[in-house]
Amino acid sequence: MLTITNSQFSSRLFVGTGKFSSAAVMKRAIIASGAQMVTVALRRVDLENPEDDIMSHIDIKKIHFLPNTSGARNATEAIRLAHLARAASGTPWLKLEVTPDPRTLLPDPVDTLKATEQLVKDGFIVLPYMNADPILALRLQDVGAAAVMPLGSPIGTNQGIQTALQVAIIIEQARVPVVVDAGIGAPSHASQAMEMGADAVLVNTAIAIADDPVRMAGAFKQAVEAGREAFEAGLGASSTTARPSSPERGRIGEQLDFIDG
Amino acid sequence: MQIFCNGRQQDIDEGVTLSQLLVGLELPADTVVAEINKKIIDRDQYETLKLNQGDQVELIRFVGGG
Repeated sequence: MLTITNSQFSSRLFVGTGKFSSAAVMKRAIIASGAQMVTVALRRVDLENPEDDIMSHIDIKKIHFLPNTSGARNATEAIRLAHLARAASGTPWLKLEVTPDPRTLLPDPVDTLKATEQLVKDGFIVLPYMNADPILALRLQDVGAAAVMPLGSPIGTNQGIQTALQVAIIIEQARVPVVVDAGIGAPSHASQAMEMGADAVLVNTAIAIADDPVRMAGAFKQAVEAGREAFEAGLGASSTTARPSSPERGRIGEQLDFIDG
Repeated sequence: MQIFCNGRQQDIDEGVTLSQLLVGLELPADTVVAEINKKIIDRDQYETLKLNQGDQVELIRFVGGG
């Protein structure tokens, strides 16, 4: 069971709701994923062409809403979005994202730390999206982050856990749950993060843009469960030299040595 | 009188409430959050809050995101 602050989750797969071809596909994919936490974004209503309300497609009794502050370029904008998100959703849960550079979408560590500190004081449950920096992870925990969300690789790149060494240190040092976010492009990447001991992963693009997002959501569900099971079972040590897996003693060659015997 | 709604200039009658503005835009009040002049408005004020000349109204809602 995953516990973040006082809430418990049996699923360790968080799912993003962006980029789906339709609300119907998104809804089926969320169900197939088994996710109990989904992220949403806040945007101005397009008055010429208002889309369906996404909230009407998600069963908020079963699914925990995690609004994000995507689009915020600095701490001030993120704090404004956070308050709007809380007014709209009624939940203090927040995925804090501060991404000043639209080209890389990498998070600003300084403003992420500033905004986390302020929003925790304002009563939010803050899960900051961060670069995989172990020192920053500690600083964010110090100011009250409920979890930390280090990136595997940049948002939407499907490049997997390029930051594995740093993520491993973050996990080793963590006093709060570690949710590996961004860049997870295949179920094997999700398994890898879970085998390393991540508490959860957040996946959006890899599911949403798959040929069959509903089946891919199911594949991620299995991968996350397998990775977690492997972590809890305790992986064997790795080695750079061969170690026989069959017994060394009693080999046929020793008993029936026709050449030297 | 004129207000700015989501960056767009809009003519409305004097005394129109936020709630009436939303009805005119066919937006259910419980699906949006409104900010007027950068101040978030509580939903229970939508019925009574009258808009003023030059108000900057932002209507925001949840969309898909990661």
